[in-house]
Amino acid sequence: MTTPTPQDLIIIGNGMVGHHLVEQLIERGATEQYRITVFGEERHRAYDRVHLSEYFAAHDAQSLAMCDADFYAQNGIELRLHEAVTALDRDKGEVVTDQGRYAYDRLVLATGSYPFVPPIPGNDRDNCLVYRTLDDLDAIRAAAKTATTGVVVGGGLLGLEAANALHGLDLDTAVVEFAPRLMPMQVDTEGGELLREKIEALGVQVLTGRATQHIEDGEASFHRMVFQDDKVLETDLIVFSAGIRPRDELARDAALEMGERGGVAIDDHCLTSDPAILAIGEVALWQGSIFGLVAPGYQMAKAAADTLLGGELTFEGADMSTKLKLLGVDVGAIGDAHGNQNPGARMFRYLDEIKQEYRKLVVTSDGKKLLGAMLVGDNATYDTLMQYYSNGLELPEDPAALILPSSEGAPTLGADALPEGATICSCHNVTKGAICETIDAGAVDLGAVKAETKASTGCGGCAGLLKSVVDHELEARGVEVDHSICEHFAHTRQELYSLVRVEGIKTFSELIEKHGTASGHRLGCDICKPAVASILASCFNEPITDAAHIPLQDTNDTFMANMQKNGTYSVVPRIPGGEITPSKLRVLGEVGEKYGLYTKITGGQRVDLFGAHLEDLPDIWGELIDAGFETGHAYGKSLRTVKSCVGSTWCRYGVQDSVGMAIRLENRYKGLRSPHKIKFAVSGCTRECAEAQSKDIGVIATEHGWNLYVCGNGGMRPRHAELFATDLDDEALISTIDRLLMFYVRTADRLQRTSVWRESLEGGLDYLKEVVLEDSLGINAELEAQMQTVIDNYECEWAGALKDPEKLKRFRSFVNDARPDPDIIVTEERGQLRPA
Amino acid sequence: MTTATAEVTAMTWQPLCTKADLVAYSGVAAWIETPEGPAQVALFYLPGHATELFALDHHDPFSDANVIARGIVGDIQGEPVVASPIYKQHFRLSDGQCLEDETVRLRCWPLRLESGQVLIATD
Ligand code: SRM
Ligand SMILES: Cc1cc2nc3c(=O)[nH]c(=O)nc-3n(C[C@H](O)[C@H](O)[C@H](O)COP(=O)(O)OP(=O)(O)OC[C@H]3O[C@@H](n4cnc5c(N)ncnc54)[C@H](O)[C@@H]3O)c2cc1C
Ligand code: SF4
Ligand code: FES
Repeated sequence: MTTPTPQDLIIIGNGMVGHHLVEQLIERGATEQYRITVFGEERHRAYDRVHLSEYFAAHDAQSLAMCDADFYAQNGIELRLHEAVTALDRDKGEVVTDQGRYAYDRLVLATGSYPFVPPIPGNDRDNCLVYRTLDDLDAIRAAAKTATTGVVVGGGLLGLEAANALHGLDLDTAVVEFAPRLMPMQVDTEGGELLREKIEALGVQVLTGRATQHIEDGEASFHRMVFQDDKVLETDLIVFSAGIRPRDELARDAALEMGERGGVAIDDHCLTSDPAILAIGEVALWQGSIFGLVAPGYQMAKAAADTLLGGELTFEGADMSTKLKLLGVDVGAIGDAHGNQNPGARMFRYLDEIKQEYRKLVVTSDGKKLLGAMLVGDNATYDTLMQYYSNGLELPEDPAALILPSSEGAPTLGADALPEGATICSCHNVTKGAICETIDAGAVDLGAVKAETKASTGCGGCAGLLKSVVDHELEARGVEVDHSICEHFAHTRQELYSLVRVEGIKTFSELIEKHGTASGHRLGCDICKPAVASILASCFNEPITDAAHIPLQDTNDTFMANMQKNGTYSVVPRIPGGEITPSKLRVLGEVGEKYGLYTKITGGQRVDLFGAHLEDLPDIWGELIDAGFETGHAYGKSLRTVKSCVGSTWCRYGVQDSVGMAIRLENRYKGLRSPHKIKFAVSGCTRECAEAQSKDIGVIATEHGWNLYVCGNGGMRPRHAELFATDLDDEALISTIDRLLMFYVRTADRLQRTSVWRESLEGGLDYLKEVVLEDSLGINAELEAQMQTVIDNYECEWAGALKDPEKLKRFRSFVNDARPDPDIIVTEERGQLRPA
Repeated sequence: MTTATAEVTAMTWQPLCTKADLVAYSGVAAWIETPEGPAQVALFYLPGHATELFALDHHDPFSDANVIARGIVGDIQGEPVVASPIYKQHFRLSDGQCLEDETVRLRCWPLRLESGQVLIATD
């Protein structure tokens, strides 16, 4: 018996797809049958080109590498980097490089593509670059050092990515596109217009419908670009990104069958017209199409590996749907996004010029199936739409609901509604069924499923969907998905809250003693300690500076001030409703001057004094309290400010005393500890100068009383407050707020603002109204009584601390030395001090 | 003679502060002179623990500010740690090792309590 001698397999190109082929071959034991040699023209071994732009931020080629340095050697594969194949000799079965000739039995072309540079005179000048490889990025970075402006030629997907990079290198950036709109392949006229507005708002100039005629020496800058209408644009640096072209020169010279406009023709087995030779990735042309994305390339690699091993797996085409964030703008295109490939297709379109969002659905003529979709400005619905599209699911009765705005958010397709065959990760072609199989085989968390199936390890676009499928499947199998707050308590914040209340627990040590997870492991941590401190304060409102509570607090609560980046603190006295007397203003000025504090008006209608040394805090507060100020709790998860407008006292439109009400509310709820900070505002009429509809609690005056709005948010994810009750009198307003806030304090999660809490409430706003307005749970008397306890126990924490020498001991720079921290260094700017 | 006592006798102990200056289950800062120059140290006090006293660098290498004594003390997987108050990295009290970045470690000094006095060995 003789073992067959291994055949020689040569792979040309060590890009993403060529590398994926090698991985597939190793996994399937092909190294027994083949002696594999890989040629790569670049200096680097295969790296993640999809995330190429991250190289600008991290500047670390290593972190983009697709495998360890010795991966090829360890698997007995010869990797010849920096060695380009210059010719194929099909008659002899050899490839030629400048180092020699190498024989093959089978050959795979995985040479990818190159950036197309339009034939414009002057396109070969210095500082005319492209955006494809690590070396290209090094060249751009080097050129950017002496440049102040940059232009990207090409407003497609990659062009915008390149523009983002130039913008990130602090160049004044412009995009020049030949077509009349940006991303002509993915979006239509409306979408393109919106995209332009959004990108221009970021400070990137957009010029569409411009064909560059030639490039010459500039006057103020290095280059001058001259357009068809003799308009000109000067710039120091040009990056061409006008599309890609397959690197098919080897195949062409060797007379393999080619597409009319390039690309090596392949069949479903990835075989070229020469059955010894395969082609995969961006160089390959299948049924007249080239696929410029990584997922189809991976599917070709899989089919090619199978073909090389004598299998029957075929490549069956791939979906070109894309979801991206370009310059911070979401763009999504699914299937037939333009609606021009399916005769009879109908469309739904939604355009919001205020929020700058555009969504389009392309559906079958009977409105039952989704053929395509286009999203600009918000990709929140992408995953759901993608599932309708790729699994041919029947659309809901009114498909428009999928793209129309609603305060409940678009209906999402639950993980359970997906069929077994639904593709969850298209890069690695993982179906919901495959995920269920790994879970049945013993995978108990997301990490294990990822490791087993590789799902979500390609472009990463499926991460959210994968998590919801895994969580859902685990829960369906009775596996408890861990919602513990941290390793010290197997409880959520809400559960801890109930334990504290029901058992009357007053200290952290008692709580961890009774309900902690491990014995002899009772210190807690920076997650549970502040959360418990906040719960204890909401329930009993004992001073947070009491000895038992001190070790629980974040530094900000411990020192009752916000720590700044250099270790100093900010001081924010309460200025209820934003109303302040001239003499109190003068005190703020004097204190600021005396202690060298940087002074700024905040977004919450008060004054922040920054840069206070730890050891100065007590003296500063002594002076402020003497002048009648109180702490502003800017450091706490508690009531911040109640913003007001000037209201009926002065304003010709005001219908109620908004300042008076703001002050009353601020004084009532000041010091209330809660899951997160709480902000209020009161406006004197519907003109809404206090912006109440962006607050947790918003009050707007009416002819007859007050309208109450709840659960709004500014910040990272703005949300309009919702109208909760109308025309309330003063007392009804206050008791409604009492109950609502206490219900929030009781039931919200740690660090959950009212907006997120409200969205997570089953039953939504109606449920909240039932509880608070109709007392459906019968707890309103209790909620009001509890709020009264908190209010009765209020004490200005700073006033309390100043009376207690033990507490003041903490405000020393060093326990054994009175000098201030010598490393805090400041410098002057615009007449004030700031960290050097 | 055991090795342990040999080490103890080799160190010079300097008085630093009193026990009353410490804050139970939390930190305070102190100023020391070492052979390499002055240093700011963070002192932590965990009454009832196997080791009760710890001294680490007060300087936080991630924010470049002197703030470690003002972090929250906790235990992670049973080991006492302090979380930097600025960017929240955790440092092990026993040896100063940063749990998020194995290349970062704070300096540590031995501490001892003797009739109400806290003593530190700086050489
Ligand atoms: C001083 C101030 C900016 C200013 O110069 O105007 C400010 C400063 C800070 N904000 Fe703010 N915010 C300030 C008004 C706002 C506003 C505007 C407002 O309140 O009208 C918002 C958006 C409105 C909202 O919250 O809904 C705002 C949204 C945030 C957020 C995001 C919250 C969110 O839900 O997305 C954070 C981060 C957080 O809390 O987790 C934040 C966090 C912070 C912190 C505490 C960041 C930190 O951890 O160091 C800043 C420290 C202040 C300090 O050291 O004193 N700040 N912050 C404003 C103080 C107002 C006041 O008098 O209390
Ligand atoms: C900035 C950027 C962002 C992208 N973003 C996305 C995205 O979000 N999603 C997505 O799906 N796709 C994205 N892509 C496209 C994706 O990177 C490609 O689809 C994928 O890399 C194609 O893989 P490939 O192996 O076919 O080609 P390549 O990765 O280009 O690899 C081909 C390799 O072969 C080498 N080679 C060529 N000729 C020879 C020769 N004669 N001898 C030796 N070696 C040779 C080349 O130097 C190259 O290293 C992006 C591309 C870029 C540039
Ligand atoms: S909200 Fe109305 S009352 Fe208040 S300042 Fe504006 S216009 Fe005047
Ligand atoms: S779809 Fe790209 S990683 Fe899953």
